[in-house]
Amino acid sequence: MMSFLTSLVNGLSLGSIYAIIALGYTMVYGIAKMLNFAHGDFIMVGCYIIFVFSSSLGLPPVLAILLAVVLCTILGVTTERVAYRPLRNAASPLAVLITAIGVSYFLENMALLIFGADTKSFTSVVPWSGLSLFNGELVIQGITVVTICISLLILAVLQLFVHKTREGQAMLAVSQDRGAAMLMGIDVNKTITLTFAIGSALAAVAGALLASAYPSLTPYTGAMPGIKAFVAAVLGGIGSIPGAMIGGLVLGIIEILSRTYISSQLADAIVFGILVIVLIVRPAGILGKNIQEKV
Amino acid sequence: MLLEIKNLSVYYGVIQALKGISFSVDRGEIVALIGANGAGKTTTLHTISGLIEPKAGEILFNGDNITKVPGHKRVGMGIAQVPEGRRVFRDMTVEENLKMGAYSRTDKDHSDTMSRIFDRFPRLKERRTQVSGTLSGGEQQMLAMGRALMSKPDILLLDEPSMGLSPILVNEVFDIIRSVHEDGTTVLLVEQNAKKALNIADRAYVLETGAIITSGDAEELLNDDAIRKAYLGE
Repeated sequence: MMSFLTSLVNGLSLGSIYAIIALGYTMVYGIAKMLNFAHGDFIMVGCYIIFVFSSSLGLPPVLAILLAVVLCTILGVTTERVAYRPLRNAASPLAVLITAIGVSYFLENMALLIFGADTKSFTSVVPWSGLSLFNGELVIQGITVVTICISLLILAVLQLFVHKTREGQAMLAVSQDRGAAMLMGIDVNKTITLTFAIGSALAAVAGALLASAYPSLTPYTGAMPGIKAFVAAVLGGIGSIPGAMIGGLVLGIIEILSRTYISSQLADAIVFGILVIVLIVRPAGILGKNIQEKV
Repeated sequence: MLLEIKNLSVYYGVIQALKGISFSVDRGEIVALIGANGAGKTTTLHTISGLIEPKAGEILFNGDNITKVPGHKRVGMGIAQVPEGRRVFRDMTVEENLKMGAYSRTDKDHSDTMSRIFDRFPRLKERRTQVSGTLSGGEQQMLAMGRALMSKPDILLLDEPSMGLSPILVNEVFDIIRSVHEDGTTVLLVEQNAKKALNIADRAYVLETGAIITSGDAEELLNDDAIRKAYLGE
């Protein structure tokens, strides 16, 4: 029973990280209508920034995370401006997708060049050892508690932002009809830039949490979580903010439970297998909408 | 002149959609652009709103050259469009859609404008909390018009407002256009329903494959044999 609870909590924690990454994926997809396949690598960049400032230069972790958030935001906005925006009206939507894959390789190889291929060990940004429940039978690590709380906080703030602010409403409008949004006087470029800024800032936060929970850092650290978060976003219904959260949590829990009770080698296969099943049964995802045109 | 279009040329790739058209709309007028499918009517409105960049030519609004002004800034200058196919924000409620219409306004209180729009479109008031995607086509058309009016435009560009509506609703839509115009809004109307458009308009331009082939007083055009044959189905 306790081992099940432990797995569940670990699943929630991993799922929360996927959710934070998936939020970035889903917002960029919903608003800019593109899949930013470099999103996972923004996480890796965030991890290295924190590693440099915190582990190497000895800055307090909170400060290192803030710097990572700022620098990742700049990276995201710059990438959009330089690599994606010029292709936004390209004849084929594949152009920007392939560019995103290119950006992904570029960032991975830059990290390889600067930091080398060897694994860096990351010091957790959460020094608190955590909770010990049921006379020590259930131990919840500090980073786990922090991760779950932060992801819920991010979800709440994002929901408020999107539904209660002018910029958030502009995002909703752009996501539903870019042309009509412009006809309302919304600066579509600015709205997309803001979306990338938020997504990239979230990637930095996810990086801090991910590397604290799984403290080995390589240039490919972001790739797999990035892909899984993409799966989570699709699972939840791509474009939907609560969907990304639910998709992330479901995916994290399934992954950890599979690892514990079935096989750790098969865990990833199960995760992707579930994606296939969900897409067959519910192509728009858990909270996704099937769009029907009204004539 | 409120709106002046000079030698406007627009291309889609290598295809020329507008071949250097010129026309103007004076303050207080209703001007109709009529023509068949693919004549370039929607392209003209899209270019005026800044959704499309012209290859050559000028757009003057209130005497200012706005050809290079980004589209989203033109709304605040007084140009609002009711696009073809309504294009309401489907997942937003009626009220949220109307609020989006006031996005460009610098003043904060839009309740006055909104209550006036609700007076004009009582159906929208009844359905203010309903999600727009579930409205009927006619209601969506009303919403798209109300949404455009929320910006308090000097000129309202209407793209095929009668498309897909029943004859009764078409009459209703045209009555609303007339009353909006009586309240002081200049109207540039694009329509395939040439008869309806010419009945309401002061002047009209006839577009054919990207060029203006005829223009004149709406009444004269209504009585022009060639126009009757080509566009009024007589």
